[in-house]
Amino acid sequence: MIEMIDVKKTYPNGVIAINGLNVKIKPGEFVYVVGPSGAGKSTFIKMMYREEKPTSGNILVNGVSLPSIRNSKVPLFRRNIGMVFQDFKLLQTFTVYENVAFAMEVIEKEPEEIKKRVMEVLDLVGIKHKARMLPSELSGGEQQRVAIARSIVNDPKVVIADEPTGNLDPETSWEIMNIFEEINNRGTTLVMATHNRDIVNNIKRRVIAIESGKIVRDEHRGDYGYEI
Amino acid sequence: MKFRTLLRHFRESFKNIGRNGWMTFASVSAVTVTLTLVGVFLVLMMNLNHIAGNVEKDVEVRAHIDNAANDDDIKAIGKKITEMSGIETVIFSPKDEELTNLIDDLGDNGDAFKPFEQDNPLRDVYIIKTKSPQDVIKVAKKIEGFEYIQSVKYGQGYVEKLFSFVNIARNIGIVLIVGLLFTAMFLISNTIKITIVARRKEIEIMRLVGATNNFIRWPFFLEGLWLGILGSIVPIGLISVLYYNIYKYVAPQITFKFIDFLPASPFIYQISAILIVIGAVIGIWGSLMSVRKFLKV
Ligand SMILES: Nc1ncnc2c1ncn2[C@@H]1O[C@H](COP(=O)(O)OP(=O)(O)O)[C@@H](O)[C@H]1O
Ligand SMILES: [Mg+2]
Repeated sequence: MIEMIDVKKTYPNGVIAINGLNVKIKPGEFVYVVGPSGAGKSTFIKMMYREEKPTSGNILVNGVSLPSIRNSKVPLFRRNIGMVFQDFKLLQTFTVYENVAFAMEVIEKEPEEIKKRVMEVLDLVGIKHKARMLPSELSGGEQQRVAIARSIVNDPKVVIADEPTGNLDPETSWEIMNIFEEINNRGTTLVMATHNRDIVNNIKRRVIAIESGKIVRDEHRGDYGYEI
Repeated sequence: MKFRTLLRHFRESFKNIGRNGWMTFASVSAVTVTLTLVGVFLVLMMNLNHIAGNVEKDVEVRAHIDNAANDDDIKAIGKKITEMSGIETVIFSPKDEELTNLIDDLGDNGDAFKPFEQDNPLRDVYIIKTKSPQDVIKVAKKIEGFEYIQSVKYGQGYVEKLFSFVNIARNIGIVLIVGLLFTAMFLISNTIKITIVARRKEIEIMRLVGATNNFIRWPFFLEGLWLGILGSIVPIGLISVLYYNIYKYVAPQITFKFIDFLPASPFIYQISAILIVIGAVIGIWGSLMSVRKFLKV
């Protein structure tokens, strides 16, 4: 599903963010990526959706070798993965409905199918009643629900999330995690970088700990392992 | 691209006009200001060009034929002139007619020439108009060399000055219009630059959810088109109303020989079409320029 082989990433300013990393993630897995700030978690995630290219090594996602796809083809590749971010990344001038529908319009689905499917996922994440609102009219938790709805609307095999609960209060974070668990239970692979100790220690899943751009721990049902 | 996707892009482009509220307003205003300037200049230039054309059109070559030429010679000369390249019309004016015209032109003073009717000192004349007015000098020089041509007149000295004046005026006009168009592009691209920074995130997100560059470009392209068209409404209205009234009320007051204005119809329609096309082009250009930066190609 996802495989990284001897991956190194040096940013143009000389910072080595990932320094020789090997990992394999199987279909249907639920993986936490933990580690101190600046460890390289976001870089690790960004390379999975081809926002950043590795300086050396190879990355395979859904059988596609990411370093070799052209920039213009990146959007096509991204149609097969869902992405969720700390800052939601919603289109501010689009309504909730339009934000989710956009991901389907892009792949030229039929209008009836779009309508049906968008309402379905909005229902799944519990935000259907606010479909006509703008992101600015929603709370952080609600915006994240919309972002999650968008990430799964095309039934991707993988969902990648970078600190999806980073901006949310504990209670809302749990609600969001319930949605992620539900998505994973339906068979979708989930990779999630997080700082949330409570969540990692309570919803026990595979934990990959990154420090200074290297995997220092990889446990089947791991702990968060850091103080705060 | 599927047809419904094209429809989607149209729908989206209209929605964006509303979604982007004040940015739409800023861009449309920029187009409006520049098109008004361009429009006023175009009206001036096209009318000046028209007047210059009138003046030029009045230029003709008069070839005076020697009295020694008989009728066949005169016909032969006429044929030779007609066969030259770039000739529009050749009119033969016999010396009797020339004298009548002269007497008529001079009015009361003309009577002084009446005695000459018995012994006409004038010559038969070929009056030649060239297709391109600026050819008269060349044509006149050639005809001068023909047999039985006594003299050739085309307003020597005056015509050369006129042409160089007209040419300079035209070139200045072109430079001004081109300069104005560049200023327009600069103004529009700056406006769009400001408005687009706000949309940078929008484009990033679209790419994130799998939109190809063309998918992103289409609504921007159409939006630019609508902005350009919207921006041309006020200039077109303004210039049409002004020109119509000038043509109707001011133009008839000016009776100087060469000065007349291009008729309001079809001129107003032509200028409107030109403005709408310029508006559309700079709208589209500006819009596409601004997305280009954010589309990683
Ligand atoms: N775009 C960038 N340009 C230069 N350096 C970067 C960039 N993004 C991240 N870094 C650096 O790379 C290292 C890893 O960052 P990041 O992957 O964001 O870590 P984390 O998400 O674990 O906090 C940090 O030292 C950070 O400063
Ligand atoms: Mg990070």
